[in-house]
Amino acid sequence: MIAPTKPDLVTVNVDGKDVSVPKGTNVIEAARLVGVDVPYYCYHPKLSIVGNCRMCLIEMGMPAVDPATKAPIMDPATGKQKINWIPRPQIGCATNASPGLHIRTNTPQIKDCREGVMEFLLINHPLDCPICDQAGECKLQEQSTGYGRGYSRFIEQKNVKPKRTQLGPRVTLDDERCILCSRCIRFCKEIVKDDVLGFIDRGSYSTLTCYPGKALSNNYSLNTVDICPVGALTSTDFRFKMRVWFLKQTNSIDTESSVGANTVVWSREGIIYRITPRRNDEVNDTWLSDSARDLYKPVRATDRLTASRVNGVDRTLDMAINAAGELLNAAAGAVAVVGSGRSSVEEQFLTRKLAEALHASTHLVSRVGEGDTILISADRNSNVRGALVTGLIKALPSAKLTALAAAIDGGQVKAIVSMGEDLTMAGLTAAQLAKVPIVYVGTHQNPTVAAAKVVIPSGMVFEKSGTFVNQQFRLQKFFKSVPPPVGVADDLVVLAKLTAAVRGGAVPSELHAVWTLLAADVPAFKAISFSNLPETGLLLDATAFAGLPFVEGETMHFQPAKANA
Amino acid sequence: MAAPQQRRLIFKHIDEPGYTNDLACYQRHGGYEILKKAVRMPPPAIIDEVKKSGLRGRGGAGFPCGVKWGLVDRKSGKPIYLIVNADESEPGTFKDRYIIHQDPHQMIEGVMISCWANNVKQAYIYIRGEFPHGARILEKAIAEARAANLVGPNLLGTDYSCEIYVHRGAGAYICGEETGLIESLEGKRAYPRIKPPYFPAVLGLYQCPTIVNNVETLCHVKHIVDMGGDEYAKIGTPNNTGTRLLCVSGHVQKPGYYEYEVGKITLGELLNEVCGGPLPGRTFKAVIPGGSSAKILKFGETFTLKNKDGSTRTLTVEELPMDFDTLAAAGTMGGSGGVIVMDDSVNMVEALANINAFYAHESCGQCTPCREGSLWMKKITARMVHDTARADDGVLLKSVADQIAGRTICAFGEACSWPTQSFIAKFGDEFKSYPETKKVAKADGALELV
Amino acid sequence: MVNLFEILMNLKPETLRQIDEVITHYPVKRSAVLMLLHAIQEDVGYISQEAIEWIAQKLELQPINVYEVVTFYPMFRQKPIGRRHIKVCRTLSCALMGGYKTCETFEKEFNTHRGEVSPDGEVTIEFVECLASCGTAPVVMIDDDLHEKVDVAKAKQLSASLKQEAAQRR
Repeated sequence: MIAPTKPDLVTVNVDGKDVSVPKGTNVIEAARLVGVDVPYYCYHPKLSIVGNCRMCLIEMGMPAVDPATKAPIMDPATGKQKINWIPRPQIGCATNASPGLHIRTNTPQIKDCREGVMEFLLINHPLDCPICDQAGECKLQEQSTGYGRGYSRFIEQKNVKPKRTQLGPRVTLDDERCILCSRCIRFCKEIVKDDVLGFIDRGSYSTLTCYPGKALSNNYSLNTVDICPVGALTSTDFRFKMRVWFLKQTNSIDTESSVGANTVVWSREGIIYRITPRRNDEVNDTWLSDSARDLYKPVRATDRLTASRVNGVDRTLDMAINAAGELLNAAAGAVAVVGSGRSSVEEQFLTRKLAEALHASTHLVSRVGEGDTILISADRNSNVRGALVTGLIKALPSAKLTALAAAIDGGQVKAIVSMGEDLTMAGLTAAQLAKVPIVYVGTHQNPTVAAAKVVIPSGMVFEKSGTFVNQQFRLQKFFKSVPPPVGVADDLVVLAKLTAAVRGGAVPSELHAVWTLLAADVPAFKAISFSNLPETGLLLDATAFAGLPFVEGETMHFQPAKANA
Repeated sequence: MAAPQQRRLIFKHIDEPGYTNDLACYQRHGGYEILKKAVRMPPPAIIDEVKKSGLRGRGGAGFPCGVKWGLVDRKSGKPIYLIVNADESEPGTFKDRYIIHQDPHQMIEGVMISCWANNVKQAYIYIRGEFPHGARILEKAIAEARAANLVGPNLLGTDYSCEIYVHRGAGAYICGEETGLIESLEGKRAYPRIKPPYFPAVLGLYQCPTIVNNVETLCHVKHIVDMGGDEYAKIGTPNNTGTRLLCVSGHVQKPGYYEYEVGKITLGELLNEVCGGPLPGRTFKAVIPGGSSAKILKFGETFTLKNKDGSTRTLTVEELPMDFDTLAAAGTMGGSGGVIVMDDSVNMVEALANINAFYAHESCGQCTPCREGSLWMKKITARMVHDTARADDGVLLKSVADQIAGRTICAFGEACSWPTQSFIAKFGDEFKSYPETKKVAKADGALELV
Repeated sequence: MVNLFEILMNLKPETLRQIDEVITHYPVKRSAVLMLLHAIQEDVGYISQEAIEWIAQKLELQPINVYEVVTFYPMFRQKPIGRRHIKVCRTLSCALMGGYKTCETFEKEFNTHRGEVSPDGEVTIEFVECLASCGTAPVVMIDDDLHEKVDVAKAKQLSASLKQEAAQRR
């Protein structure tokens, strides 16, 4: 007996199992909900339906009713309503759930359909697996193993097509491997609105290309590599670097802007090889900008800070902490703490604690650029809202620290702590930097580092775990993928030690312990812990910040609040 | 007994001495009188007549025209388009060519009547690129008709307007498929659309409700409105009404076009009596009755068909009446009426190789089974003829064809696999023995098919 | 808005007039692609890169949209051909009546192979698919004109008259 369903849900039957799905859900997704795998290539949940690969063919039937009376016709054998099965298989991606829809995916006909499609895809496909980057994450490999016949009957000549074309600055194309699913074309046209890819020629000689002289160069070109089911489109940067089955996947968050796109960081033995998008239907769907994927490159840059230093001399962390403590205590009451809009929520919270212990003023530097309306917002800091929510700042930051500069000149500020911000970029002059001692906690060399009395190296986002609050006021967590270079301590440890050194009392430095404090201290974080935070994030109550003039414009899944009259 | 007489309804004036393709000549022969009658009828009444007539599409699918018109979404508020499918590309078919070149006004009158009946304000004639003179003739004919208020604004003084434009294709058989045609008309590669949801009657040209009809079908509409649907239904045979243009080519004495009441002539009468039988010294071997996509018939085979009362009758190839239903029951189809005849000089492997090359060339390439399968079948038969043939290549061919039919976006999947399936089914032995028979040296000037 | 990088095409005024007129036939400009390609090919003889970009600009499309179409439809060529275009049907009915021999004859008469420009620059010979005149097979189109029942003898005749026209022209 089928239980009554909610108004917008319909019950469909997949291989004998009933499942309730929202009306209109396609068969592939409906089957997924009951653990039935319907294979496909050209279908993508975020792109238009084309139905050209024919891999998702399934058998479809509707309950039989008497045409005149509309009464159900029963099947005496089963005692249930007779199902009229359509003899011709239908594609699952284009078949939407309607009440009573019955689907069969495990019949001999469907098995034959899948074997047929697999065979057809492989007959002109080059035997490139040993040299193809896609191996290990290739839909053709997976589905030929799962649904293919297992042997070849093709003895003719395979089609020859252009083989390593530079389709764009970051994408390499091998036309022989292409199965003409058109995902890349649809992506460029529908998501990026850059209609630059197309098929030329006809039939089995159809070939993916750009118009001669044009290139796939938009800042989302690498998404075509992500969605290409085979090794036709590959990342030129990642080409031949590493087999994917050796890589560890860690969930992270993109720090390019306040969009907070969800990512996966792929690493092996402490080295990062690539970043790819992670699906979040509320934030970035399945997409990520190309520029965001380069953000791991500075991890191993030569200007990376790897040693604590006091007055230019390498010291241990504790010696640096002591020196910093002395310096800051000497300037007590006249310290400025410059936090960062790129620090994690936990770091910003502990920065606030440090500032309170020092009775210091707090500052943040804004980074504003032009939003691209897709996944890069105008706010190039990933966590300004974290600073607001944790109470580190009360108002939105500006690009230049003019108040601080004046305070330095006027003698009101006698020491500065900078959490990774290059103060010269915020308008401070070399003279001002020379005038007051600086404790710098950060990752890379810059003029402020050169001027600082105490330098303590810290980790990049890939080397720690934590959370950010994105433009939607969504709290999202990221995990540590690789250990920081030798000599670099965890930021929370550094902040806790600094706080202790300035007589601020004991502050936890372990992530979960910090969260216990956060949940108690910050109303917006009540009852939240790092472990119970969902993988897709949690929307915070932002009413306290409504009316602030945030800089972001429209991007994917984000509409700026209407300006107050 | 003498063969049945032709009934030249559509082809009445084709090859008639002194008949020219201008408006004046057409009007001298009563042209556009039916259009004048039609615009005095309410449009639903015309659709009704077409439904009663039982007219089935003459482009190849044989789908009832009245039903097709009945499926049009008239509630969406979007404009309704009518497209004339003048892409005539099915191998073996050559009928629309003559209507377009010699009697274009008959078609235009049929188009205008159909537009009136369906509240269409804009019609396009999609004409294949290889009919350049035809396109010019049509443009001239439309201009003449427009000047006489028979096309365009304020038709015949009413406040109904309907414009016709000619749109030229450029050498793609797949543009004969209605949704491929629509894509081509929209200026794109002719990739047929998935159905559901893109049924032309609902989401056609520019995502508006669209009717796509064959040239000959639209001419029949004129005659239906002239004599009335019931009268028209008396012509031909039940469920296979009206007349049909049959195009005979290949190994007969008198190839050409002939128009008969549907089902009132048998294949044998057509080939032996009307077309003069086989060429001297030859015997018929095989015939494709409905364009190259139709399944082939082997002379000598018989068909046991069910009668209405449950009894059966057994017919030879020659005894098959040329109507849609009987040919379908015999495992082939009436299709576009292109009858291709092969005699005993033809090697069936080579004939199939010729056909497979056609489909491989014409496949649009959108969906996997047809794109890869059609080229694979071509490569197999080409290898068999020009390189090494294996005795079980026929088995492989059939297996490949079976993986295509029923699994594609459009009927091209069936079109490219039915020839292979039927050739192997009927002439399997020839495929099996081909490795041996091909070794026998051919006579000088022997037939080359691929 | 004036496009400072407007691609220049040396089209005849009549062609330009035709093009502007045909664009008005469609509610969506893109539909005019095929008609524009025909017009330009008839004027210039083939479709150049320049032409593709010109059409794209004219119809507010991306060049790839036009390029895709040019390569899909076999009637459009991207390189110039011989002065006369000989298209021999190779599909079943014409093949059954000797179409392949017809093509061979043309090739021999002009000392060329299919797809090339003959040494005298006079012809390009190609196979095409069914031209819808199967009853009068083998059929051949020379430019826009259909020639029926072109057996080996008639092929030689047609070749001779093409050569004669060529000679008279020079």
